[in-house]
Amino acid sequence: MSTYRLEILVKPRRGLLDPAGKAIHHALVALGWDGVEDVRVGKAIYVDVAAESEAAAVELAEAMCRRLLANPVTEDFEVSVAGALEGAQS
Amino acid sequence: MRIAVITFPGSNCDYDLYKAAQRVGEARFVWHRERGLDDFDAVLLPGGFSYGDYLRPGAIARMSPIMEDVTAFARGGGPVLGICNGFQVLCEASLLPGALVRNASLRFESRDVLLRVERADTLFTGDYRDGQVLRIPIAHGDGSYVADDATLDALEAERRVVFRYVDASGEATAAANPNGSLRNIAGIVNERGNVMGMMPHPERATEELLGSTDGSGVFTSLASGVAASAS
Repeated sequence: MSTYRLEILVKPRRGLLDPAGKAIHHALVALGWDGVEDVRVGKAIYVDVAAESEAAAVELAEAMCRRLLANPVTEDFEVSVAGALEGAQS
Repeated sequence: MRIAVITFPGSNCDYDLYKAAQRVGEARFVWHRERGLDDFDAVLLPGGFSYGDYLRPGAIARMSPIMEDVTAFARGGGPVLGICNGFQVLCEASLLPGALVRNASLRFESRDVLLRVERADTLFTGDYRDGQVLRIPIAHGDGSYVADDATLDALEAERRVVFRYVDASGEATAAANPNGSLRNIAGIVNERGNVMGMMPHPERATEELLGSTDGSGVFTSLASGVAASAS
């Protein structure tokens, strides 16, 4: 078993109004970045989990997303491995 | 009628709801870690900020031990009403379709709104008239009702939209919509009609002193509905 650090991105589904993204978009344009075409705000969740392999760790995280971390009505998710931490040898 | 008022850490409308429920029956608080709802005729989920709205409003509360019992109670046909955060919990628990997201205004909206009763034949609205306009307060930051088009169309076709935000002439306009809810939806019921969720707070409109008694009908309707189904 090793411990893997996973980065889980939970993103507002495209097409859904994202008022926070819109407000930040306006602020960026007001600051002079008038080339900004779209801003959307999601969240990043970092989970350290013990698993047999990298693939198994990702599978666990995807199950967590479906069960709790993302709302299937409004959000999409993306899991990536941010790194392997020290292996907990047993 | 014996009524359970479920309280989660962070519920803050539980006492208001208890008071409103006491007027039409015998209410008791049920803490989220308790188990068993067999002794009750109706279950109410109050507003507030369960678990600080961490992750998403209602997302953690719906994992509470009592929610297994609430789900079983609802599946058995028992009446369940979720108000504000209670509505969010019911959506997170998949007892109602859709989700409630950040208000389009990005502000916490705390004020009276006007609601049109779309259906006066549910367990929760029998004492109202179809098309009646009610003045009831809202107080939420995440009250924008969203669902995909297929779900919205099904809700409309099955007449499951119970309340809609309207203006003084009873029209569901964009200006009358306080939070960006799709199709001005303020409250819905499940297919079977025994689970209702609504963002506005009828319990805050049950005494003249509070400025409106328009919310009382939700509780008196429920009491008559339960009495009728028991006889």
